Amino acid sequence: MPIHDQGYRRYLGSRSAIGRSWQVMTRTGVMSMVSKRQFIGLMLFAWAPFVVRAVQIYVSATFTQASFLAPKGETFREFLDQQGAFVFFVTIWVGAGLIANDRRANALQLYLSKPMTSAEYIAGKLAILFLFLVSVTFLPAMMLLLTQAIFAGSLTFIRNNLYLFPAITLFSLAQVLLASTTMLALSSMSKSARFVSVMYAGLFFFTTALFNALRGITGRSSFAWLSPGASLEQLGDVIFRLPPRYTMSPAIAAVTVFVLIAGSLWILMRRVRGVEIVT
Amino acid sequence: MPDLSPAPVQDPFPPERFTGPVVVADHLSVRYGKNVALNDVTALFPPGAVGLLGPNGAGKSTLLKSLLGFLVPEKGSMKVLGLDVAAAPLEIRERIGYMPESDAHIPGMNAVSFVAYCGQLSGLPATDAMQRAHEVLYYVGLGEARYRNLETYSTGMKQRIKLAQAIVHDPDLLFLDEPTNGMDPKGRDEMLELIHDLGHKKNVNLILSSHLLPDVEYTCDYVVVMDKGTVATHGPIEALKGTHGRVFEMRIKGDQQRFIEVLRAEGYEVHDTDEDVVRVFVPGSSDTGAKALFGLAARERVQVRHLRPSIPTLEDVFARAVGEV
Repeated sequence: MPIHDQGYRRYLGSRSAIGRSWQVMTRTGVMSMVSKRQFIGLMLFAWAPFVVRAVQIYVSATFTQASFLAPKGETFREFLDQQGAFVFFVTIWVGAGLIANDRRANALQLYLSKPMTSAEYIAGKLAILFLFLVSVTFLPAMMLLLTQAIFAGSLTFIRNNLYLFPAITLFSLAQVLLASTTMLALSSMSKSARFVSVMYAGLFFFTTALFNALRGITGRSSFAWLSPGASLEQLGDVIFRLPPRYTMSPAIAAVTVFVLIAGSLWILMRRVRGVEIVT
Repeated sequence: MPDLSPAPVQDPFPPERFTGPVVVADHLSVRYGKNVALNDVTALFPPGAVGLLGPNGAGKSTLLKSLLGFLVPEKGSMKVLGLDVAAAPLEIRERIGYMPESDAHIPGMNAVSFVAYCGQLSGLPATDAMQRAHEVLYYVGLGEARYRNLETYSTGMKQRIKLAQAIVHDPDLLFLDEPTNGMDPKGRDEMLELIHDLGHKKNVNLILSSHLLPDVEYTCDYVVVMDKGTVATHGPIEALKGTHGRVFEMRIKGDQQRFIEVLRAEGYEVHDTDEDVVRVFVPGSSDTGAKALFGLAARERVQVRHLRPSIPTLEDVFARAVGEV
């Protein structure tokens, strides 16, 4: 057989794509990000607050004079609040180009010509961002909780604050889902990752500025629902059993977050398709 | 006693993997808003290399995208490889390869990663996908450039890489949408050679959508001609070219208009062209057409200055089908 003819052979092995393509996408997307040195730098930097908090817990557990540094339930809430900055940067770095770059390169029709639904495509892309965001929110927060038990040498704190497990999980989930779905929806609306980054930053800064302006004018914080960030803060306070910081009902905050996530998924389902239809 | 007879050698390219019609469209209508893209299309694509021919806007790409499940038809049904497109889109996509018309790639990858990734998305295990990626890249002529980033590829190379990603998982059916778009003549010939090889030597069923008649004529055995969202004609290319008779190009000295009327009165189909040439369609497959035309010219005392039998091409078939002749 000539060499030219040997270049294409029948494939006699097994194929099992249906329902698994999104995992391939996620794995490839994650590997692509971790191969970037600067991104690894950001991820390591995102764990710096964990190190600081771990030292705080160690000192408070070791030296009685420093017992005022001992963690409370509030500490974990504050920690996740601080991680918000890293959530923002990681979301922009990872998420802005996730769909926008595919749209720019007409890759959607390639993906959707494979045994994959648009929901699986979205799941595959969402999982990439989700994993990185979880690794800067849920993962360090839970590690911090475990660190506390290890340094204290007892489970007393955990036993007295068992609610922290669901609270950290729920708040991290809200934080991560809100950021990832919103970013992905924006990414599906443009072909430029840079423009998407600006839109995402604009969305959060503008809404926060609008809320603060209204609060300044009216003296009331019940307009917090205008800002996704403020709504999330309000929701976080309730989840961590802390007094809410705004006068807005926590139910409204929850609805705001839910509507943003659901709306983003709706946009994604409409925007992710194999063919551009202009009528 | 152990069996020492040699193991039977498996044919690397068995003749057909799917013997029924690979695609069946039944009264298919697709709309883009108010614009009808496909109007009651009923077509049957046999196994082998089938050309989907038609001018731009005829509905070829729309038909392919409908078969892929990208577009939901307003009415009608479609079957690909015996499976209903509406009921089993994923099972179909697992078994087909699609080479889109427009430039398409996954950004930030080199060729071998891209093709292997596409293989994995189609269900191949990672190691098999990588092995086949190398093989098909050599097959399409990108072996030496397989570690280059796709964004540095020329248009011709991008066409080849699109073909590579479409065949990496060894599909039962290939959809090729304008595969020679933007290629230089040499690259175009090579691409057509690859498609011909896939369809005829590797026995891959393929549907080639093109507005370029020579491309379809060279690579395919069967053609479905589309025009304005409908199927104008279909059939084996040789049969479509051969059964209708012969076309003669004729130039005369004398009263051309009167001679045309005489020809028509004799039952010939005659078409006047912009120049002083008339095209006379002589039905039947016998070789007496020229003799008959000379006879008529002599009878009418008209001097024949030019008479050339036109070898029927797919262009004639196409022109007849869409009513240009």
